[in-house]
Amino acid sequence: MVVTLTIVLFSIIANATFNNTINEINSKIDISVYLKDTVTEQQRDDLINQLKGLPNVASVEYVTKEQALEKYREQNKDNLNLLLAISQTDNPLPATVQIKPRDPIRINDIKTVLEDPKNLALQSDETSYSGDRKEAIDKITHATAFFRKAVFVGVVIFAIISMLIIFNTIRMAIFNRRSELRIMRLLGAKPWYIRGPFIIETMIYGIVAAVASIAICNFLFAVQSQAFDASSLGLLDITYANDYFAEHFWMFLLMQLVAGMTIGAVSALIATKKYLKMQNSSKIRFRLFRR
Amino acid sequence: MILLDRVTKTYTRKKTDALYRINLHVEPKEFVIVVGPSGAGKSTLLKLLTREEKPTTGKIIVGGIDYEHLKEKEIPTLRRKIGVVFQDFKLLPNKTVFENVAFALEIAGYSNREIRHTVPKVLNIVGLKGKENNYPRELSGGETQRVAIARAVVRQPKILIADEPTGNLDPKHAWDVIKVLEKINKYGTTVLLTTHNQEIVNKLKRRVVTIKDGKIVSDKASGGYEI
Repeated sequence: MVVTLTIVLFSIIANATFNNTINEINSKIDISVYLKDTVTEQQRDDLINQLKGLPNVASVEYVTKEQALEKYREQNKDNLNLLLAISQTDNPLPATVQIKPRDPIRINDIKTVLEDPKNLALQSDETSYSGDRKEAIDKITHATAFFRKAVFVGVVIFAIISMLIIFNTIRMAIFNRRSELRIMRLLGAKPWYIRGPFIIETMIYGIVAAVASIAICNFLFAVQSQAFDASSLGLLDITYANDYFAEHFWMFLLMQLVAGMTIGAVSALIATKKYLKMQNSSKIRFRLFRR
Repeated sequence: MILLDRVTKTYTRKKTDALYRINLHVEPKEFVIVVGPSGAGKSTLLKLLTREEKPTTGKIIVGGIDYEHLKEKEIPTLRRKIGVVFQDFKLLPNKTVFENVAFALEIAGYSNREIRHTVPKVLNIVGLKGKENNYPRELSGGETQRVAIARAVVRQPKILIADEPTGNLDPKHAWDVIKVLEKINKYGTTVLLTTHNQEIVNKLKRRVVTIKDGKIVSDKASGGYEI
């Protein structure tokens, strides 16, 4: 159970870290529509309003030619040659409409609007967003979905494994004490009198496992965070994971306690229920004792 | 007190009738000895009474409880009303004599005060005073059997079922156990005793029911051992 809870905890933190990474990337994703210099104010406002009407659009920002130039200068302030070159020509930068999507996975509706021939006509030649950027967006999107699924499946699998392990442990315990339990039943012990101790026992396992898993995670984060950082793929922000763990420490502890106790209690309930049912059917009991 | 009406028990695996159309009526406060060779169906009869087994057909009424209408969750309550002395004692090896007897009360929800009050009294009746803190493995066969009896009667059941309580004992200890059973019967408990011991049956001069091949072949008010 310690292993399971540790894995679950790691999965949760990893999931949060992935989400954080993805969110960070997502927040950097915007769609830039470069407008031709000939576009009138009316046309521009129409386009912006049309985009703002889409449910998946978080914000639409209009950057004028001048602002674009300003930004460009700001970004390249160390490159004197470039600045010089740009100051000698007419402002070559197009006015831009920057769209931030709410969910980068579903940008097709935005794409449809932008690829409408009427709107396409407004856009300057070296237009906007497709190409490399689209691919990047797609890749990230796929990665997000995949990670989420993988983590979910992992958590479910390990939860099931640990339940099976506990279930079998309890069954073993019941098997070892079967004569004692039989005596209890023959003396008229109520089912709960027999089940109670097993359920409490597994709940205590759960508490111990929860504390142990938190301790392991705490230890690993405290001591090994640098090593993790060095070996991470560059994709994951380990510092974030560390902070996330520290920030939610009490919540995690509570969550682990609840999870451990629940897993323990549920498995014990099922195991003891099975045993009690067996005891009530002479046919199955016969088989149990022959084994 | 105990009524069996045309009770048949068939074990599906063996495909033979362990008991076939048994009719038995036991009055309150009666002392009944059930005799019969091994495999005759004595133990099956007792298992039916404690509801370890269900009859295939027939009616069982014990102490006014009709087993046909007995719900699963009422079985513990039923078992508390019947004291059972098992052939193999069924004591808990890691509990002392006192604890083993107290266990029966604990299960039934008696308070600690009642337990401390009742258990020594019962141990006194069965002649185990001074052995309270011994473990079953430290006792002789007769003493162990008497612990089992003490546990069976500590809840003052109306019915005491004793399955071959003298089976593993030498004659002297066997008599000790039988004397305890008679004493308990005198206090007003119906006793159902199964045994192989011819001498005991002949000396006791009580009602003897003989079972053979799953059928009652004789039922005599003051019988002897005959198979």
